[in-house]
Amino acid sequence: MWKLSAMLLAAAAALSAQSPRYGVGRPPTPEEIRELGSAIAPDGAGLPEGAGTVAAGRELFAAQCARCHGPKGEGDVGATLVGGQGTLRTPRPLKTVGSFWPYATTLWDYVNRAMPFDRPGLLKPPEVYAAVAYVLNLNGIIEEDRVMDATSLPKVKMPNRDGFVADPRPDIR
Amino acid sequence: MKHGRPNRRQLLQMGAAVGGSLLAGQKALALETDPRKLGQPLGPYGERSSFEKAVRWTRESKTPETGSSFTPLHDSVGILTPSSLHYERHHSGIPTIDPAKHRLVVHSLVDRPLSLSMAEIRRLPSLTRILVLECGGNSGSEWGTPTGADVQRSYGLVSGSEWTGVPLSLLLAEAGVQPRASWVIAEGADACRMMRSIPLAKAMENSLLAYGQNGEAMRPSQGYPLRLINPGWEGNTNVKWLHSLKLTEQPYMARDETSKYSDLMPDGTARIFTYAMEAKSVITFPSGGQTLPTRGLYELTGLAWSGRGRIERVEVTTDGGRTWVKAELQEPRLPIALTRFRLAWRFEGQDTIIASRATDETGYVQPTRAALIAVRGTNSNYHYNGIKFWNVRADGTVKNVEA
Repeated sequence: MWKLSAMLLAAAAALSAQSPRYGVGRPPTPEEIRELGSAIAPDGAGLPEGAGTVAAGRELFAAQCARCHGPKGEGDVGATLVGGQGTLRTPRPLKTVGSFWPYATTLWDYVNRAMPFDRPGLLKPPEVYAAVAYVLNLNGIIEEDRVMDATSLPKVKMPNRDGFVADPRPDIR
Repeated sequence: MKHGRPNRRQLLQMGAAVGGSLLAGQKALALETDPRKLGQPLGPYGERSSFEKAVRWTRESKTPETGSSFTPLHDSVGILTPSSLHYERHHSGIPTIDPAKHRLVVHSLVDRPLSLSMAEIRRLPSLTRILVLECGGNSGSEWGTPTGADVQRSYGLVSGSEWTGVPLSLLLAEAGVQPRASWVIAEGADACRMMRSIPLAKAMENSLLAYGQNGEAMRPSQGYPLRLINPGWEGNTNVKWLHSLKLTEQPYMARDETSKYSDLMPDGTARIFTYAMEAKSVITFPSGGQTLPTRGLYELTGLAWSGRGRIERVEVTTDGGRTWVKAELQEPRLPIALTRFRLAWRFEGQDTIIASRATDETGYVQPTRAALIAVRGTNSNYHYNGIKFWNVRADGTVKNVEA
């Protein structure tokens, strides 16, 4: 669905043929690239080393996440993380990680960049893997004994992976 | 006296003449009047009159670092929103960033990865555009019932500004985008490092790396010192505090483009990458919560905009939708900008329903709420652009009414 259009290819080709005109800027330092390299692609590109278990995640969740998301991810000040599968086409849909999010990598990326709410960036990669493993387990998506790492996480098939469609607008006549 | 500055002798003569007539005619009065009090001295940075009370509205929250503030559209005039009243949407608070230390890094699928200071960005050729900016969730409350009681709370996540910056296409040419790249992952320097995936085609078409807003540096709450502006696209893609542009082959399926800002349809599927904000309008006077003090002639006015171009026409009904008349559109009528419309209207104490309906240059006509719901249901949250009806009561009060 997100393929290059012919126009886009032409634009990109024209771009790459150009040489720098203004000569501003310098190559980024390795530190800058490291600092800005945290974005995780849906195929798992960018996932760091490390691993986390459901059990470790349960402990971490109780310490870092439960005060906003509830002990079982049921939601409080923070979003509801669990449940809602099968509700998306009902009058009262419950959109959670389990029922709605199409990619497990998105959960890793978001926990890593934005959580905990008041201290984003606090968690180390093994802790992020653990937190993600626990939330996936709470949703019945992975078993208790699974370990999440850079190889296993992108292979997790989220229940709503195929639930997204391209923008058809204008759709009102 | 010839043209040009009068000489000293002429000034003295003029003064004598004026002074003489004053003395003759108003001598007694002048002596009995207290001297006028001097006003405030000059100041380095202006403030509005203490009599002006327009403010943004924000919901009470346990986490005030995240949320929205709504522009007081009912108090607006013209097509620009003061920077201080521009709507806000933050996810982890407003960072304090020293522009001398801020850098933008362009990396991944480029021939020449670049790290630029703000000073270097400001050396590049710039352009200035007046644009509308609207949150993808603006009027989201209108999908359900009851609908918003006033124009600020129901339609206030939209503002108009003049933005100044560097075309993103220029910087991408400087970095040399590789043929495999088709997306730009934009990331901000706020605490949560808010991120969105932008198609390269948009970046090449008209995206701006903005540093100026309404004649000065943009406000911290608007992304100081650098913000991505994607004309016509939902506010969330206009990443604030921009510090990273990563060229990639694929979108990154960020939380804010999958879990949020996607549109859930009645069949359970969700539309993703619904970027453009479609044509929309709303009457700002008279609008919900206001009162017409007397009967008589009023200037009915409001705002229209479209993420797809110019506003071509705004029609207004003052009889509950039986008849629609063309409103006057204030010039300049700029593409992807707030457009002010006006209509002279006589209030004679009738209980009536008023509304506006915008048409943009693509021919798209702003739909009714019922037409939207017929296709999208009531759970899509985002991208609501339905016609807003207000009920002017016989006593001059104005209420929200369900259409």
